[in-house]
Amino acid sequence: MSIAETAASSPPVVDQEEALRARRDRINRVAKWTLPSLVLVLSILAWHLYVTLGEVPHYILPGPARVAQAIVDDWGLLWPAMIMTGRLTLLALLMAVVGGVALAVAFTQSKWAEMSFFPYAVILQVTPVIAIAPLLQIYVDSAFTAALLCAWIVAFFPILSNTTIGLKSADHNLSDLFTIYGATRWQRLRYLAAPSALPFFLGGLKIAGGLALIGAVVAEFVIGRAGTGLGLASTLLEASYRFNFGRLYGALILISLMGVVIFAAMSLISHLALRKWHESALKRER
Amino acid sequence: MSKARLPLDERPTVLTMNHVEKTFAGNVVALKDMHLQVNDGDFISLLGPSGCGKSTALRLIAGLIHPTSGNIRWTGGQNADDLGIVFQEPTLMPWATVAQNVWLPFRLRGQGYGAVKDEILEALRLVGLEKFQNSYPRELSGGMKMRVSIARAMVTKPRLILMDEPFAALDEITRFKLNNDLLELKEKIGCTVVFVTHSVFESVFLSDRIIVMAARPGRVIRELHVDVAYPRHEEFRTSTEYAAYTRQASDALQDAMGVAA
Repeated sequence: MSIAETAASSPPVVDQEEALRARRDRINRVAKWTLPSLVLVLSILAWHLYVTLGEVPHYILPGPARVAQAIVDDWGLLWPAMIMTGRLTLLALLMAVVGGVALAVAFTQSKWAEMSFFPYAVILQVTPVIAIAPLLQIYVDSAFTAALLCAWIVAFFPILSNTTIGLKSADHNLSDLFTIYGATRWQRLRYLAAPSALPFFLGGLKIAGGLALIGAVVAEFVIGRAGTGLGLASTLLEASYRFNFGRLYGALILISLMGVVIFAAMSLISHLALRKWHESALKRER
Repeated sequence: MSKARLPLDERPTVLTMNHVEKTFAGNVVALKDMHLQVNDGDFISLLGPSGCGKSTALRLIAGLIHPTSGNIRWTGGQNADDLGIVFQEPTLMPWATVAQNVWLPFRLRGQGYGAVKDEILEALRLVGLEKFQNSYPRELSGGMKMRVSIARAMVTKPRLILMDEPFAALDEITRFKLNNDLLELKEKIGCTVVFVTHSVFESVFLSDRIIVMAARPGRVIRELHVDVAYPRHEEFRTSTEYAAYTRQASDALQDAMGVAA
């Protein structure tokens, strides 16, 4: 009784070392945000000084102010372009998820399917997409479909390969348990293989998100505005032909911004799906 | 629920292994001519050094592998819920809560959670984990995970529960506690247990029949009976009677090793 009372009435004793550790943790938490922000501000400042002090002509390297101005002035052009590229990227990613997961399930359900088709999935992946794109443009009537195929080919492989490994990585004892309880094929897939594969699939999704954007940009470069309309990448290409470097940098910044947003979205999805049980999403008490 | 135990020779047979042999990869004899009659209410320990085929015997009974020759017969045929199993690892699904893990045997038979909720909670109450039904396995200690695994094995009230060195990876304090609890559980639900272990002490404390096995080739060399009434408690663990039985089992195991060497 008395022990409990004293513990409750007096504040917990924290020795000096623990206080120091706590202080260091607080500093680290703040620095995690402030340091990268500071680097960003400093590099923009350095860029600005280099351009103004060195009197670099704007058709070689526009200053940050000019780029910002271009983004504002050309917003009416850049925003629809961003929608266009975004739509292409997301559609390709969606198709990659559907196609990659469906193929992975087919491969793990049937040895024959895997033996027959897996080598071709690899070949499709290792062939540089930029070499296929002109062919797609020739054989596929709709240029948008051609661009979509192009982005899809790049994005689907990490999902296929990760999900296939994931579906095969179920715990052996659990698998035995399912056998003992007479689980059907579907139950095994639904309750054992699929949850085991989830962390692997989400890892693939993160990579595929970035690759879908790269695929979309390549498709726009190669197939051009004919089919895709004016996306960010074709805007960038046109701006470079016209020496409109403000717009070029503006488009470039928006493209990488899209990449960051896609990555953040995929990380969020992954975190939400795994936070309850998977080691990768858990915080450890130290 | 408690069932009075009949004397060893009056119990009805649950399962019989007839001259069962298992050969792996063409020439490795894992189990040679094993003959075993499992009777209702038995607590059988398969005791032996590594490589003696005790886990192979368990996997054969579970139907996970099939005998190269001989056969295994269930009296009256085998039904879907006749068997529960506990592995050396807890083998829980990390993505599912404790209650969902215990639900698994029912779920695989197409029974909804609502319909079997009472059975699940009862099983968790028996292993003392009813408060943790909504926890995830990672939040539990090693011993608690094993309790969930045991709850899952017995939730369908199977005729036979197989246990493959379930407590080998636990510390001694936890192991003793789980040994006591396992006996208590068995009294409550009156099931039959086949328990694989390489611990002489564990086998004597838990079982009424000890099957001593030898390695290369894996085979049964002796059967010992531990003629001590249940319930057995902590006092039994320190009694002279217990010491005598462990000595007997230890000697049999020494023989087994001697034969193999």
